Amino acid sequence: MKRTFLGEFEEIVLLTVAILGEEAYGVTVTQELEQKTGRSVGFSTVHTTLQRLEEKGFLASQMGGATAERGGRRKRFFTVTAAGRKALVEVKQVREELWGALPPQTLQLMGG
Amino acid sequence: MHSNPPRLADRFLQFFCAPHLLEEVQGDLHEEFEYQVKHVGARRARWRYWRDVLGFFQPRYIKRKSSQYPQTYLFSLNMLRNYFKIAVRNLLKHKGYSFINIFGLATGMAVAILIGLWIYDELSFNTYHKNYDRIGQVMTLINHERDGLGHNHSMPYPLSTELAINYRSHFKHLVKASWVQDYILSTGEKKLSRKGQFMDQEAPEMLSLTMIYGSWSGLQDPYSILLSASTAKALFGDIDPTNKPLRLNNKVDVKVTGVYEDLPLNTQFHSREFFGPFELWVTQNPWIKERALQDWSNHFLTIYAEIKPNDTFENVSSIIKNAELKNLANYKEQAAQNPQVFLQPMSKWHLYGFSRGVPDTEPMRMVWIVGIIGAFVLLLACINFMNLSTARSEKRAKEVGVRKAIGSVRGQLINQFFSESFLIVVLAFILALLLVLPILPWFNNIAEKQLTVLWANPYFWLFSLSFILITGLLAGSYPALYLSSFQPVKVLKGTFRVGRFASIPRQVLVVTQFTVSVTLIISTVIIVRQIQIAKNRSVGYTRDGLIMLQMKSDDFYGKYDVLRAELKKTGAVYEMSQSMGAVTNLASGNQGFEWKGGDPEEQFGTLAVTHEHGKTVDWQFVQGRDFSRDFPGDSSGLIINEAAAKLMNLEHPVGEPVRWTWWRNNKVLDYKILGVIKNMVMESPYDAIEPTVFYIKGHNGGVNFINIKINPAVSASVAIPKIEAVFKKIVPSVPFDYKFVDEEYNTKFKAEERIGKLATFFAILAIFISCLGLFGLASFVAEQRTKEIGIRKVLGATVANLWQLLSKDFVVLVIISCLIAAPISYYFMNEWLQKYTYRTEISWWIFAASAAGALTITLLTVSFQAIKAALMNPVKSLKTE
Repeated sequence: MKRTFLGEFEEIVLLTVAILGEEAYGVTVTQELEQKTGRSVGFSTVHTTLQRLEEKGFLASQMGGATAERGGRRKRFFTVTAAGRKALVEVKQVREELWGALPPQTLQLMGG
Repeated sequence: MHSNPPRLADRFLQFFCAPHLLEEVQGDLHEEFEYQVKHVGARRARWRYWRDVLGFFQPRYIKRKSSQYPQTYLFSLNMLRNYFKIAVRNLLKHKGYSFINIFGLATGMAVAILIGLWIYDELSFNTYHKNYDRIGQVMTLINHERDGLGHNHSMPYPLSTELAINYRSHFKHLVKASWVQDYILSTGEKKLSRKGQFMDQEAPEMLSLTMIYGSWSGLQDPYSILLSASTAKALFGDIDPTNKPLRLNNKVDVKVTGVYEDLPLNTQFHSREFFGPFELWVTQNPWIKERALQDWSNHFLTIYAEIKPNDTFENVSSIIKNAELKNLANYKEQAAQNPQVFLQPMSKWHLYGFSRGVPDTEPMRMVWIVGIIGAFVLLLACINFMNLSTARSEKRAKEVGVRKAIGSVRGQLINQFFSESFLIVVLAFILALLLVLPILPWFNNIAEKQLTVLWANPYFWLFSLSFILITGLLAGSYPALYLSSFQPVKVLKGTFRVGRFASIPRQVLVVTQFTVSVTLIISTVIIVRQIQIAKNRSVGYTRDGLIMLQMKSDDFYGKYDVLRAELKKTGAVYEMSQSMGAVTNLASGNQGFEWKGGDPEEQFGTLAVTHEHGKTVDWQFVQGRDFSRDFPGDSSGLIINEAAAKLMNLEHPVGEPVRWTWWRNNKVLDYKILGVIKNMVMESPYDAIEPTVFYIKGHNGGVNFINIKINPAVSASVAIPKIEAVFKKIVPSVPFDYKFVDEEYNTKFKAEERIGKLATFFAILAIFISCLGLFGLASFVAEQRTKEIGIRKVLGATVANLWQLLSKDFVVLVIISCLIAAPISYYFMNEWLQKYTYRTEISWWIFAASAAGALTITLLTVSFQAIKAALMNPVKSLKTE
């Protein structure tokens, strides 16, 4: 089975888009990321990642209607595709398998 | 508080971001900015905005999405082919204009190429030598009490010894050289007179001679000789002459040790047709060893040097600066002149030389003048080209309209007009090259050069290419940029009108053209008059039938009486004499004369002659009498010229005593003035006459020229063989190598005549090119006003009226040009004439005549078109639409 590799940042962005649901576009994703992870994220980095995820088929996008704010410029909204959901699930499974395989004493040492 | 994102950052984003991404990216950025303003304040938000914008500066956002519609390719092959097709059709449709355009431009280009080659030749003088950058001549800068600063080429012998002993480590080569002189080379029956120089054995290597036979070490043997290829060929034919014996001046036997390729015309050493070893010169001139080796006051040597590869001339010059001065303890007079030794680099020999000790600016000025004239002729041709193509282009407004209506974009029209002008320029360039080829030999003849088209020189092509580009762009820019902006609706409807002032730039250009042409005409007339006035100057003696030959060999001496008797016996010779130096040259000058109230510091030309000299050259007496063999006392007699009489300021010079103290050994000789002759032009015919004295015998060298006056009743062609026969009999070892004095005298005008010929050539070309342009413009104007002329004719205008109407504009332009040209040419020619003491006046009629000439030519050019238009049948011109 050919698996598409998902980078760490890509994974987080993909998840964030999934969380935001209908309201995911450049600004919201960036702000959400900053709030949730507490790290400062480059605006262009997020944009580039969103585009790359779309190219990989994990995201779909469409232009929204004209807006009153931001000078009437339209927004590009992103939604997670079936492939994207599948990829997220797969990543989660892998993680859980790995966590499950962790010996209990190690887990305790880590304070978990 | 409302705050906007930084304008500049936004602009930058709009500039680089691909249009299909710009909306969302910019929107997001703006929204984020407002959010940040609220959270962190305007200042930091602006910083952040900048950072974010720069973050988007990456290929992903810069790359444009390919359009879904086919693009208009500006360089589609089909369209280019179409442009050229239309261009060729246009050229063929208007054959007259095309010819004027292409031929005029080609003429200008051909001149530019010739001048470019000439300048290249001047600037690349001496570069034939591989060590060009490092060769220099040892010279001294002296500060003369009376004459100011001077530069000396001739060095005393001990300086060469000094340099060779104490400074040798600063030079790669140090070469002593003799003066350049004619020598007789003979092998078997063959005798030739050739110029040569004797130099130290390192010379061939320093000058990097290209050896055909033998090697650079050819001058090691003191009895050897290196021949130039042409000398070797003349003496020995095509065989290898190495090790063949050769006799020099019928005195000394040498062996040929090598043959080198002839040095090209644009080298200083070109005149040397052979090189001999310096030692041989010393042994042949015993006075050097007897008197000159230690004498710091005898300047006769030329010293060349090559510096080390990493050294500079300035550095070596500063080191050897005092090489002469520190040895002058016993030479008070010379030490007072403070001689500073320095190296004159080879690169400066030709264009920054010295004439009589002071820097000679003439060669460099000549390069500038010729360059500027060339640039002007080229400018004239370009102006023509621009004028005609702009004038013509208005006719093509309709074509522009149609092209735009069926979908041409502006870029395509610009391309079209540019490709058209480039086509013409390239055609003109090819034609120019074809013109240059036949002109070049003729031009070489006038300019005394060996120019060739530099087919293999990358600079030549670089220059040509850049020239084609510049002319094409300049001439094509008006139609390309102006015509392509027309609105098709207006043009096609016919409401389009060219502005009233559209012809102003064209008129300015015509005035420029004629200003240049008229200036050149006036200058040419003045130059030709200056030559003429100098040629008509009374020379004070008779050159007709006078021949002279130099006594190059000792074999001539002591045979005066027998030669003279034999020559007179043939009946072909009227008289013969001997003199110091040629009649056309003032060979010697001295101080030390004392007379009643005289100053021994005054300089006189001093020439030794034989008794018959006056009769031979036919000098004319103002007072007194000639030398005569009947009076033995005449051997201490002096004949002076008018200039000398004036300088001496004696009431009755004849019979006055003159005492001459010889500067070298303070020997005193007493003379008596016998007669005063009219001034003889011996030096430059443009200069004032030097005060000169003639005497029979002196201590100042001897006679070295034979002058023969052919019997006026016998023609030269009959007389010469008879004279030659006498010489063959009496001096058999020497070739009979004579010169006609009048021919020799005419060489004095060579430089000026060359300038005169070139100026005439340029002036004719300038006026030709200008008229060509005027002809084109006139026919264009006549064509444009066809209807107007038709109507005027119907209403009763005569042909004369119409001719006046059409010619008036051009005549006014030419008159303006003449008014501008007069002061310009007066200024330059007045300055040029200042260097001649004997010079022509710049009189008003020269300007009037030149202006009248220019007007006549203009009228002839314009009238042809004007009268043609005026004679046209109005029915025809009004019927056509």
